[in-house]
Amino acid sequence: MEHYNMNLNLKVWRQKNAQTQGGFETYQVKNISSEMSFLEMIDVLNEELIAEGKDPIAFDHDCREGICGMCSLYIDGRPHGPWEQNTTCQLHMRAYKDGDTITIEPWRAGAFPVLKDLMVDRSAFDRIIQAGGFISVNTGNAVDANALPIEKDKADASFAAAACIGCGACVAACKNSSAMLFTSAKVTQLALLPQGAPERKSRALNMIAQMDKEGFGACTNTGACEAVCPKGISLTNIARLNQEYLGAALTVN
Amino acid sequence: MLNAKIPAGPLDKKWTSYKSTCKLVNPANKRKLEIVVVGTGLAGASAAAALGELGYKVKAFCFQDSPRRAHSIAAQGGINAAKNYQNDGDSVYRLFYDTIKGGDYRAREGNVHRLAEVSGAIIDQCVAQGVPFAREYGGLLSNRSFGGTQVQRTFYAAGQTGQQLLLGAYSALERQVALGNVTMYNRHEMLDVVVVDGKARGIIARDLVSGKLERHFGHAVLLCSGGYGNVFYLSTNAMGSNVTAAWKAHKKGAFFGNPCFTQIHPTCIPVSGDHQSKLTLMSESLRNDGRIWVPKKQNDTRKASDIPEEERDYYLERRYPAFGNLVPRDVASRAAKERCDAGYGVGSSKQAVYLDYADAIKRYGKIEAGKKGLDHASEAEIIALGKEVVKEKYGNLFDMYEKITGENPYETPMRIYPAVHYTMGGLWVDYELMTNVPGLYALGEANFSDHGANRLGASALMQGLADGYFVIPYTLGNYLADDIHTKPLPEDHPAFVEAEKAVADRIQQLMSIKGTKTVESFHKRLGKIMWDKCGMARNAEGLKQAIAEIQQLKKEFWSDVKIPGEINELNPELDKANRVADFIELGELMCIDALNRNESCGGHFREESQTPEGEAQRDDANYMYVAAWEYKGDHQWELHKEVLDYEVVKPSQRSYK
Repeated sequence: MEHYNMNLNLKVWRQKNAQTQGGFETYQVKNISSEMSFLEMIDVLNEELIAEGKDPIAFDHDCREGICGMCSLYIDGRPHGPWEQNTTCQLHMRAYKDGDTITIEPWRAGAFPVLKDLMVDRSAFDRIIQAGGFISVNTGNAVDANALPIEKDKADASFAAAACIGCGACVAACKNSSAMLFTSAKVTQLALLPQGAPERKSRALNMIAQMDKEGFGACTNTGACEAVCPKGISLTNIARLNQEYLGAALTVN
Repeated sequence: MLNAKIPAGPLDKKWTSYKSTCKLVNPANKRKLEIVVVGTGLAGASAAAALGELGYKVKAFCFQDSPRRAHSIAAQGGINAAKNYQNDGDSVYRLFYDTIKGGDYRAREGNVHRLAEVSGAIIDQCVAQGVPFAREYGGLLSNRSFGGTQVQRTFYAAGQTGQQLLLGAYSALERQVALGNVTMYNRHEMLDVVVVDGKARGIIARDLVSGKLERHFGHAVLLCSGGYGNVFYLSTNAMGSNVTAAWKAHKKGAFFGNPCFTQIHPTCIPVSGDHQSKLTLMSESLRNDGRIWVPKKQNDTRKASDIPEEERDYYLERRYPAFGNLVPRDVASRAAKERCDAGYGVGSSKQAVYLDYADAIKRYGKIEAGKKGLDHASEAEIIALGKEVVKEKYGNLFDMYEKITGENPYETPMRIYPAVHYTMGGLWVDYELMTNVPGLYALGEANFSDHGANRLGASALMQGLADGYFVIPYTLGNYLADDIHTKPLPEDHPAFVEAEKAVADRIQQLMSIKGTKTVESFHKRLGKIMWDKCGMARNAEGLKQAIAEIQQLKKEFWSDVKIPGEINELNPELDKANRVADFIELGELMCIDALNRNESCGGHFREESQTPEGEAQRDDANYMYVAAWEYKGDHQWELHKEVLDYEVVKPSQRSYK
């Protein structure tokens, strides 16, 4: 692979804190290597800003290997940038060429308030999990792991849903700011396993109720969430959630 | 003297007899006892959940925006357990033995045996929580093999085992939050331990959004804050992983055990340039099927595909025929460094070796063709079938490699090089996971206890969950049973006031330096010193230089660091400065420990101590002890030794030949 350097224009959302209005600032970065990651490019800019006595750009990130779900960024109108099934931290600068202008914004959703610059508060996701995204089994209660065979197809499908990293790209991409893909992934993971059966109904009802309470919008089956999901979480999970919810609502008082 | 409080009796009865005789706290009293848990990775989340279930009042803290981000999530390959589901001769004793041997006889027998004993229950618990482990067509759990062992005892969920286990522990934790047993403090960083009358009684934490300091009381404090690999700047750790919680505890009296024992993982994606902010691991499970090689000719500039078979040196298979590509991590890492230092490295930097899947693709392709009855499959058809199998087993890892490097690993061999990955050293703890400060515990990677001088693959997840789910619920009760009359300290207790003032003063001091160099630049310089002189190979002269350089760096940091922004706001540069300041002090101690330990063992390779063939040479006569360092003031430490007694295993020179 040929490596090259580039100069770029960045339009970045800056906002001092949750209480103040934000706005775009423009920056030039020079000699960016195509081998850098996108976040390393921002690191370079931040080092320059600090040297100039300016406030660096705040953004969430941690593992930088695409699994913790902490990085975000709405890049040129798309969560996590241009690559398919990718997180921002795994986006590399060979996606860009010399002279490009890149617009960087935080996730935009009422339930994800901006804390500073590009950082948002995603604690609403934790509260949706608290509403039922678990199996109520205390430590020490478990039977032998192989006492409960699970069909490989179901186990694999459960795993595919469990691969969600909770980044919130689905919400950011959705015109309704719906958290249905996130919620449905957890509901599906547990609905496909026999261990999840006893709480199946209450889980679907309670997690949806919490989702609504947090101010996430409804799902209108546009599919933007699936298109931008870094882990390829499928829209069919939402269909399953609707099924679970309906089944539960009709049979629970 | 250091008392590890190992229960009496035969090795395989110690834990059982401890559990049957330790003190208990009755449910009504548990409700009155408050526990502070710092860190929410596998150890912290499982501990907080398990203690919440028991009825304790738990407060859990993490610096990330959610406990689900903790870096346990990035563990790829798997988790060991002595289930012997494969009928291949595994047992609790063998897992215990492999771990002791893999750790190069620098771990405690009692702790390691307990770890092996509870390993099976971890798998049971995780399955009950809905962790979707890989399964066979019959519906039962699948296993794979891992470095340093000869049985298949590793449970996995594709290349995302850590993610699935952490999300299991996270969901158990969030359930306890919902039930009101655990209060969760996200985006909070612990900046000091509060000690009253010699006992840990709480912490000072900083709310990273508002910048405000908070006082939190606890009858006990559990540090589950992970390892300190980021002292090397570049490592496979997350950007935020840090030593600060453990270091504050150390400065408040907790001894630091074996700080120089760091694990350099053999299969990471090589550094591509100065801009590099972190390194990415390629799971060790890739060594199950991949073959590692370099050209037989020095400075060979040909493409890998142009180098014929007879001109390739499969150096691990050549040097270690019994274990081949599955030798333990420390051995594999040093062998790669040896080849690269000798001029056989590949890629533009020459600091890399090949990890080649061509043979595995053909082998799997032939098996698939056989299954499908394709007796006359062409070479191309076989390769296509083989690629499908490899994709199912390792697809996510191959994709990650391609995203980072832009090269397709199905077509060309991957380039890999060792990188800092895990720290075996950590806070010294006794059998009950308590540090020498009463009421202060360390769990998971934050303690030093179970992996000796080298950790085996798929054992970190096991230890984190063992400590949290199955050890601390018993050992903590044994301490708290005597503490049921202690009332929570009011927040205006002088100890809290004083501790908070010290933290505030230090932050004020950092902000008022207003120097010229960024925090990042100091961290990079520290990392370079550590990697060059306290990395894969160490010698006395280099370590002495490193100590002097780090002391100089510390002076410079405290007089010339430049931190933008304000104290009472969200300020990631200030957070980082707090952490880097602690890393600098830790770096010095690591070098002191490495200098003291004039032997090679596990991940610690002293150039002065090697066999004529260049293998690590242990010195059991002089160094069969845990080095536990007591902080005595700026640049001063006192060494305490915990002598290791091997009652069951006979230490021998490790051989993987």
